[in-house]
Amino acid sequence: MNFFETQHLTKRFGGLIAVNDLSFGVEEGEIFGLIGPNGSGKTTVFNLITGSYPITSGTIQFKNHRLNGLATWKICKLGVGRTFQVVKPLRRMTVLDNVIASAFNHTGSLHEARDKALQALEFCDLIEKKDYPAKGLTIGDRKRLEITRALATEPALLLLDETMAGLTPQEQTEGVELIRKIRDAGITIIIVEHIMHVIMSICDRILCINYGQEIASGLPAEVANNQDVIEAYLGKD
Amino acid sequence: MKRISWPTIVVIALLVLFPLVVQSDYYRHIFILSLMWVVIGSAWNLLAGYTGQVSFGHAIFFGTGAYTAGLGVTKLGISAWWGMLLGGPVALLVGLIIGWICFRLRGPYFALATIAIGEIFRLVAIDWRSMTDGMDGILIIQSFRSKLPYYYLALALAIACVFAVYLVLRSKWGYYFVAIREDQDVAETIGISSFRYKSLSLMISSYFTGMAGAFYMNYMAFIDPHVVFSLHDISIMAILVAIIGGVGTLWGPAVGAFIMVWLQEIFRSAFFGLLPQWVSEAHVLVFGLLVIFVIRYLANGIVGDWSKITGDWFKKKQLSYSSSGN
Ligand SMILES: Nc1ncnc2c1ncn2[C@@H]1O[C@H](COP(=O)(O)OP(=O)(O)OP(=O)(O)O)[C@@H](O)[C@H]1O
Ligand SMILES: [Mg+2]
Repeated sequence: MNFFETQHLTKRFGGLIAVNDLSFGVEEGEIFGLIGPNGSGKTTVFNLITGSYPITSGTIQFKNHRLNGLATWKICKLGVGRTFQVVKPLRRMTVLDNVIASAFNHTGSLHEARDKALQALEFCDLIEKKDYPAKGLTIGDRKRLEITRALATEPALLLLDETMAGLTPQEQTEGVELIRKIRDAGITIIIVEHIMHVIMSICDRILCINYGQEIASGLPAEVANNQDVIEAYLGKD
Repeated sequence: MKRISWPTIVVIALLVLFPLVVQSDYYRHIFILSLMWVVIGSAWNLLAGYTGQVSFGHAIFFGTGAYTAGLGVTKLGISAWWGMLLGGPVALLVGLIIGWICFRLRGPYFALATIAIGEIFRLVAIDWRSMTDGMDGILIIQSFRSKLPYYYLALALAIACVFAVYLVLRSKWGYYFVAIREDQDVAETIGISSFRYKSLSLMISSYFTGMAGAFYMNYMAFIDPHVVFSLHDISIMAILVAIIGGVGTLWGPAVGAFIMVWLQEIFRSAFFGLLPQWVSEAHVLVFGLLVIFVIRYLANGIVGDWSKITGDWFKKKQLSYSSSGN
């Protein structure tokens, strides 16, 4: 049994099939890339995993839990953390308070939550901005806050949704380092990213989807050279 | 835990000394009502200001607390003081049920539902005559002729309520409440059951509001449905108290309570009899204008925008300095 696995995962929005019979597995400790053109269903897959949308059919299993039908907060308690593609800072709280709120996931004590939050901020190199109001951060720092907040819930599986989009090349390099560091800390990662050199350099395996369906999967080099993938990205002539 | 700051101690000391210095029953009465509104305003603020769930129906809990105390006398033959013990829990139970119905839905449903449920409670209290004596209301015999016991009880309630809010805000619950206010989707994905914590916030809020209602029964010795289940004199007043003082600030509702009760009194008495009586009818209008003013210029209330108030004043002084220098 895989660490994480979906079977025939399907999601319909009315007439639109956003995710179509998608089956894939992720092993513990790997960085798993999920790619595909705009609107191909990547974020929807994340929303299904975290229980934000009800599943139309299929199953999702994480460690020995079936996630189908569980409330979002329970899925988080089981050890699934996520970032939002459209960043959602808790605006009228400081950076530190944002992270403390998530650090309460496995403790009831403010003292402990604060310590955990400071550790996470240190880990993600956001500690200097801890007293900033969250709404005042730059886009780069907002993305970093998304990651920090997800890490503070102490996940075993982390879902990263385009955390590099809109960053400068310098910030992207730092982002790649951070993601490797997270993996080295023992956290399994599923990453959605459009920036190809990022995805190719850090992923152990990649799944490419289009119209919610798998079109290729395997090692980065295999997927990158797959004819269907190239067509999906460049469009058929 | 952080020590309690000295301004807090000074304010409490002044409030303790107040009725000893001021012998006038009239002023003591105004202060007793103000302290009661500190409780209601702070309770409303925990739910709306900190948890983001706006209630237009806090009269539900106030009236429930008041009627718990009153019905104890008329139906069970026990002292109305039992209401101080029972009013909170009964109101909390009502809050729990309302939350259970409304908090599964998102958006303005809770606000709308509180208006509707508030009216239902008022109408039931009017029409269920065999239980409530309807519009005849409930009249009891006051325990004390002096205002002093009531004053200190109200003061104790106010301090307890503000302190409770303070403690909640420094705990996991407080962080969870504010996270829900800021973004419910984020709250859920960081492990917060928004349904559970919204309900908890509502339960604390309704508990204290119910206590205030029970206190009111004991103190005023008379209630009827229009008074304690009133949409504008209780539910809207609770909102005004918090908005004027500062929504989402610890001390805002306390400041707002003293301002609003005084304003209400000034209008009720038509500026202490200096102006013609019709002025007293205008208080709703003036409250409305006041709210518009505060929302426009002091969106965070007097406490929330205190630095802005003093800052603006300071800036103007500096400006006049420089212009006189030219
Ligand atoms: N809540 C929703 N209701 C209706 N349709 C939706 C909803 N969410 C997504 N969709 C549709 O599902 C499809 C997949 O969207 P999704 O956001 O998962 O794509 P994506 O791969 O994340 O795209 P991008 O790379 O642009 O972020 C799109 O056609 C989108 O319009
Ligand atoms: Mg997306």
